[in-house]
Amino acid sequence: MRPNRALEIGTGLFVLLGFAALLFLTTQLPGSGVQIGGATGYAVSARFDNVGDLKVGSPVTLAGVRIGRVAAIAFDPTDFKAVVTLDIDKRYDHIPDDSDASIQTAGLLGGKYVGIGPGGSETYLHAGSTIEFTQSAIVLENLINKFFANFASGRGAGSASEPQESTKP
Amino acid sequence: MSVVPARDGPITTILRRIGAVVVFLASILAQCVPALARPRLIVHQIYNAGARSLIIIMLCGLFVGMVLGLQGFDLLQRFGSEDALGVAAALGLLKELGPVVTALLFAGRAGTALTSEIGLMRTTDQLTAMQMMAVDPMQRVVAPRFIGGVFAMPLLAAIFSLVGLFGAQLVGVQMMGVDAGAFWSQMQGAVRLDDVQEGFIKSLVFGTACSLVAVYEGYHTEPTAAGVGLATTRTVVTSSVLTLLLDYILTAAFL
Amino acid sequence: MTENVRPATASAATDAVVEVRGVHYAVGRREIFAGLDLAVRRGRVTAIMGPSGTGKTTLLRLITGQIAPASGEVRVWGERVAHLGRRELFALRRRTGMLFQNGALLTDLDVFENVAFPVREHTNLPEPLIRELVLTKLHAVGLRGAARLMPSELSGGMARRVALARAVVMDPELLIYDEPFVGLDPISMGVIVRLIRQMNRVLGITSIVVSHDVHELAAIADDSYLLSQGRCVASGSPEDLRRSDSEVVRQFLDGVADGPVPFHYPAPDYRDELLGGTGRMRIGGRA
Repeated sequence: MRPNRALEIGTGLFVLLGFAALLFLTTQLPGSGVQIGGATGYAVSARFDNVGDLKVGSPVTLAGVRIGRVAAIAFDPTDFKAVVTLDIDKRYDHIPDDSDASIQTAGLLGGKYVGIGPGGSETYLHAGSTIEFTQSAIVLENLINKFFANFASGRGAGSASEPQESTKP
Repeated sequence: MSVVPARDGPITTILRRIGAVVVFLASILAQCVPALARPRLIVHQIYNAGARSLIIIMLCGLFVGMVLGLQGFDLLQRFGSEDALGVAAALGLLKELGPVVTALLFAGRAGTALTSEIGLMRTTDQLTAMQMMAVDPMQRVVAPRFIGGVFAMPLLAAIFSLVGLFGAQLVGVQMMGVDAGAFWSQMQGAVRLDDVQEGFIKSLVFGTACSLVAVYEGYHTEPTAAGVGLATTRTVVTSSVLTLLLDYILTAAFL
Repeated sequence: MTENVRPATASAATDAVVEVRGVHYAVGRREIFAGLDLAVRRGRVTAIMGPSGTGKTTLLRLITGQIAPASGEVRVWGERVAHLGRRELFALRRRTGMLFQNGALLTDLDVFENVAFPVREHTNLPEPLIRELVLTKLHAVGLRGAARLMPSELSGGMARRVALARAVVMDPELLIYDEPFVGLDPISMGVIVRLIRQMNRVLGITSIVVSHDVHELAAIADDSYLLSQGRCVASGSPEDLRRSDSEVVRQFLDGVADGPVPFHYPAPDYRDELLGGTGRMRIGGRA
């Protein structure tokens, strides 16, 4: 059969596209990889005892408004804490530097995000600052254990009705 | 001398048909090695089965993904977890919709084309003519088309899933306002390589089944104009049913 | 290319290329051949005639080894076709060319590639040689100018001529024509008749022509056989047949509607059926 240029180009294109899709699905979907939009803000770090299943790319919010995303999660071997780098949009440059950061869960089945609670300081967070006040992720098992412990000691179901504190086991 | 053929009941008919298809598969596989020595024929068939189905696959992938985005959003919103949309869309597409819808579209688009092409070759004596020229049509006609189909299906399914994901993202993130970071990060957190692999294996199995049915029906077409039409219909029906049946079996096996 | 080695087991009638002896063959319950005998001699054009439905095409399929007889034997170049393995059968087929009723050209290849097909499949000849070979054969059938047309662009007669070029491109020793005259206009018919004779006389190819076009066959056949109801009912040169006073031969040659080959398909009594008689269908066996 005579070689057919258009046919071979078409096939090549298709196979390339197929393998590219396959490659993307196998490498980019599981684990972390995709960076939607590069870093457009300034980096602020926060140290947590436990980040739960917070992921790179998870949103950072202030008063429920998204102001940035988690850029990196690392582990500090000296004090066994998680160092979370937050990439905060340049537009939000008036966040008091005594604000606190907490890891919260969106909805019943939702993922984790970092919520910023504004402080009252006159100085603001800037690239390289560290948020001092942090509250770690609430681990559901611990919460349940606490509830049962309280229940067993006869003090009733005190804090069991706290909303939105759930995570996948 | 002439043995009166025993009349087959419905069960015997089905058994015979399955047996015939399996024997046919074996004889294709036997011809695959010599067929692979002629990559140009296979390239041609990958083009026919894959490249020519690309547009319809991408179009359908986009719409399926967008519907998934809407429905998923609506459902997840009720639990206040619309951030999980990425996970829902990715898993739905990778494990189920990608392989299955691609296989169904493949049966309709490439499968029918294969059947009617081979069926027409049967009807116009082209297959017999090849045999008379000492060329084995199993090797020259059937095996390359089969290989082309088996090869094209996983690639088509991958493209379908990817475009679908884009569609879901389009609706979920751009229209419904799900957070882009949450969409992708949650997806990456929940999707495992196993899930991608499951979809890949499924589409490989569906590709084998649909291609086999298509070339079998074509090769065994009753050599009349009506025969080609009937064979084409049977290809769509058998491939679709087989795809969904195999999907259940594979899903059960993977869970 | 073609092996020119004669098989060691040459048959008694040394110049018989094809021998059919006592062949029985049935499809389901319908018997097609009940003890068929005939022979095709080397270098001659043998015509096989018969009314529709007498199994002429079935005979060709027996000769080419596509099907096996229930009993009796079919020998081609002394070898029992039905007993050959795939490899030997394919070797045999390389020495045989066949022209199908509708040409059976491969629809996805153009005329040139169709003729080149067997060459490309069986040899590793360099491109210029293939080109020369193909163009020679196309020229012989007068279609060198149509080399780049697709089969769908050809008329019935042209398609058959291309198929003929393809059938002879590997220089076969035996050429089989299945109904070569069906559906052709008189001019195309004349062309095909001339080509068949030419292939036979010039190239010395043994030819089998299956047809029911009595007059065209008379012009080219050296030997002819008339098949009817599973047997060979008459044989000899076309001249012999023409002089024959056998009822079957006369009916066939003169085109009489009713005779040994009945006009009516077996049916229950006409009057019974019209009068609403519930009389069971009498299955009148044809063989």
